[in-house]
Amino acid sequence: MTVVTKNGVSNGVSNGVSNGVSNGVSNGVSNGKHSPHVRPVRAFQETFEPMPLSASIFASVNYMFLGLFGVIRDFLRTNKIEKVFTASEDPEMKGFAPLYDDFLSFYHRNAFMRIIECLTRPLARAPGAVLHIVEREFSNAGWVCKYTGKILKNVVNLGSYNYLGISENKGKSTKVVIEAAKKYGVGICSPRREVGNLDIHSELEQVVAEYLDVEASISFGMGFATNVMTIPSLVDKDCLVLGDEHNHASIATGCKLSNATIRRFKHNNMEDLEKKLCDGIAYGQPRTHRPWKKILIVVEGVYSMEGSITNLAGIVALKKKYKAYLYIDEAHSMGALGKRARGVTDYFGIDAKEVDVIMGTFSKFFPGQGGFIAGSRAIIEHLRADSAIASYATSMSAPVCQQAISVFNMLSSTEEGKKKTKQLAKNCRMFRQGLKKAGFIVYGNDDSPIVPVMIFYPSKMLGFSREMLERGFAVVVAGYPATPVLGSRVRFCLSATLTDKQIQDALSAIIDVGDLVQMTYLKGK
Amino acid sequence: MDQPHKWVLAEAIHSMYQAPLYHLILEVLLVIWILRLLFSKSYRIQDRVPLTKSEKEALVLDWTPEPLVPPLDKTLSEAVPYRAVNGQPGKNVEVDGRLCLNMASLNFLGLLGNLRIEKQATQSIKKYGVGSCGPRAFYGTVDVHVELEEKLAKFIKSERAIIYSYGFASIASAIPAYAKRGDIIFADEGVCFAIQKGLQASRSKIVYFKHNDMRDLEEKLKHQEQLDKKDSKKASVTRKFMVVEGLYMNSGQICDLPKLVELKYKYKVRLFVEESLSFGVLGEHGRGITEHFNIPIGKVDMISGSLEYALASSGGFCCGRAYVIDHQRLSGQGYVFSASLPPFLATAAMEALDIMHENADMLKELKYKGRKMQQLLNGIPGIELVGYPDSPAFHLRRKDPVSFKEDLQFLQDIVNKCSKNDLCLTIAGRLKDEELNSNWPPSIRVAVTVKISDEELERAANIIRDATV
Repeated sequence: MTVVTKNGVSNGVSNGVSNGVSNGVSNGVSNGKHSPHVRPVRAFQETFEPMPLSASIFASVNYMFLGLFGVIRDFLRTNKIEKVFTASEDPEMKGFAPLYDDFLSFYHRNAFMRIIECLTRPLARAPGAVLHIVEREFSNAGWVCKYTGKILKNVVNLGSYNYLGISENKGKSTKVVIEAAKKYGVGICSPRREVGNLDIHSELEQVVAEYLDVEASISFGMGFATNVMTIPSLVDKDCLVLGDEHNHASIATGCKLSNATIRRFKHNNMEDLEKKLCDGIAYGQPRTHRPWKKILIVVEGVYSMEGSITNLAGIVALKKKYKAYLYIDEAHSMGALGKRARGVTDYFGIDAKEVDVIMGTFSKFFPGQGGFIAGSRAIIEHLRADSAIASYATSMSAPVCQQAISVFNMLSSTEEGKKKTKQLAKNCRMFRQGLKKAGFIVYGNDDSPIVPVMIFYPSKMLGFSREMLERGFAVVVAGYPATPVLGSRVRFCLSATLTDKQIQDALSAIIDVGDLVQMTYLKGK
Repeated sequence: MDQPHKWVLAEAIHSMYQAPLYHLILEVLLVIWILRLLFSKSYRIQDRVPLTKSEKEALVLDWTPEPLVPPLDKTLSEAVPYRAVNGQPGKNVEVDGRLCLNMASLNFLGLLGNLRIEKQATQSIKKYGVGSCGPRAFYGTVDVHVELEEKLAKFIKSERAIIYSYGFASIASAIPAYAKRGDIIFADEGVCFAIQKGLQASRSKIVYFKHNDMRDLEEKLKHQEQLDKKDSKKASVTRKFMVVEGLYMNSGQICDLPKLVELKYKYKVRLFVEESLSFGVLGEHGRGITEHFNIPIGKVDMISGSLEYALASSGGFCCGRAYVIDHQRLSGQGYVFSASLPPFLATAAMEALDIMHENADMLKELKYKGRKMQQLLNGIPGIELVGYPDSPAFHLRRKDPVSFKEDLQFLQDIVNKCSKNDLCLTIAGRLKDEELNSNWPPSIRVAVTVKISDEELERAANIIRDATV
């Protein structure tokens, strides 16, 4: 009897459901895409050229040599043959378990210190279209650092997150910020929930909500902490989080602290995401197979090391189909993408209300400090009551709030904002085309303001950065642990303030140095 | 070049003839086994039976998720609305439309609204703008950051200091930079939320000891020592840490640092002290709990502090020996992956540090006022005062607790009555369900600032006394 019922039910259900679901959903989704409020999705063009075989072999050899010399150097250092510049453990600490024993500290001593001169370059003035870098001299493979007393002036800035070029410290906006400092003071000394809730915080939140066309928003004092403490307020141990494999460290930490089950899907790969969504719901929680309470998809608008833009249209379609929630970290896309600089929703022409939680920071293009969450009123009020940052951490400093408010107002109401976003888009395309023509391996989306160019070899990072600085350009090179071990790259961050001439000069300098360092892997192909 | 090649091959074949038979058989068997392993299908134990596509689709259709957050009206009905602060908080603060004496902000040295700091911050904004546009490694380092780190290290008399852009992130990033899965951390059960998150992120084994109870801590250390004897090889690579606070945010007590240092060397456990509240408060010059107990700072492995309370700016720092602190430049998540502290806030912190350095009397006065306020509030019927006698931050709890909710309401009523009399107090904000110790009693955290006069202290004490009736 059971067999009959089972067969009958399962046949009926599977036939009816599969026909209904596949027809209904596909029709619904495809119809939805072309409904009046959504513009047609633009062609999604992203490039991730695979690593040339020669580069992978020789970069590995490069690391092997580094490792070999590292072992030799460590040996010389422990036996006091070579002068030790590394700080050493206090002799009183004999008998304690060693503090460091992992690969990262070996890498730090023997590889990272060699390229330290490319990183942590101190600035003498506000970062803007050009930088004034305090010159340093390094010796002993990066261990000894001396300030020469000189300042390298007017170095073209290709490294800061200054997409719309608002960081300049001149003009009306500085005056308004200084007035805020006089009115509210610089510090707060209290969390938002106690006596740290200034009226300027509420004003900022209103401005953000209006700008993004969502119901409400809430601001926090640090962008990193926003991700880390918001995700645990939304999901718990009975929830599933599907995150892109290249998500930022703050998202990874937030998911870890929430105790939710985390599964990563291949970067921007909608098939893999769909498979994981489907399997996630179908199989339920591991071992118990109980259904998940919620499924949260977490992605970034623009990925800071890949230069790619998330396939928002695809993700929104999947989220609707599988009843999941969507959290987007728009740290790098807010102010850089979209005709109205509203971020990735603006870029795709998707209503911001389709995304459940939009997260952004005030530290990138504003620039300042802090982060925000925007979404429905229910979510925001829940975070107001439940957020750890509002309860335990001090609220945002008032001048920083004022800076953000001024920038939002400038972008929404004046022509200046529109001009800047247009210029930024133009600069991105020109720059990328120039690099691709020259034969560099450029990752990411043509429209993204972040342009990673692959180097692969750890040693070439130093050469490239140094040569570019000598030619008057400040670039950012990134290697392990920010990127995969063989994925060292130079990451250009474009700005709307770069003139055509500056871009042309930059391109010729990059091509020069690229040839010198032999980075043009696709030349002649 | 062909000659050596042939020679090697000939020798190999020759040696094969010479080898004993069992040797050859063994090697052949080995080669067959390797080939078998290479070409056999991999066998995985399935912990689930694969479902068909239609079954999956049916389950997807059936599944109904919970709402992402509770419904709006439920949230609003349970939430306590934020108090609206108007203008600049300082010694006095305008809260919800009333100008009150401020004993809620942790403005110990009264530097909120200090004109000297404001002037320096303003000049800094003109020179550096508001933000730094990037993390420390990628052109986010401004010369004032380096200057502040050097200044802090020099002031505290430690070898190195590292700055974070947010106080909450300092200790929460520092702990997981050193402690990993498999390590052991002995933490006080009264540690603040930021430390709890750091402990959680580290994935280490956490052993909590009773709040400020050195005997309980020593017992637990002894117990661990006995466990270590059973597997001494593992124990020799397992890192052990103790995490305490100089001045506890949750109770106003100070830790017994001399005893902790003794335990550190006896049981070989590294010591981390969180000094957000005690920096700028304890010690003759405000250097913190090490100065208070006259212990050389090198005895503590790492001190984590905040620029947000006594120094009235924003951000946090860690200091200690270079061997320990330099590691955070690559491993401290809040340092590596976050934009750096806005330069004007670093300048403000430096100016505040200078002011503190120049006016060491302030520290004495602060302790005097803290002690006086505690004496004035001692002995109120129904109220228990918790805190180190000289501490300017202490807690008022209900003497005979009933239930969390009722006690909280009782204390909230006191706060409300005080507000009506122009005294601003605050309940120590806690997310009861998120804290590790959800049994921690609710309390009012009173914060004394050095700017309050003796008369104002007495007036405040009377208002509180009247409010408890």
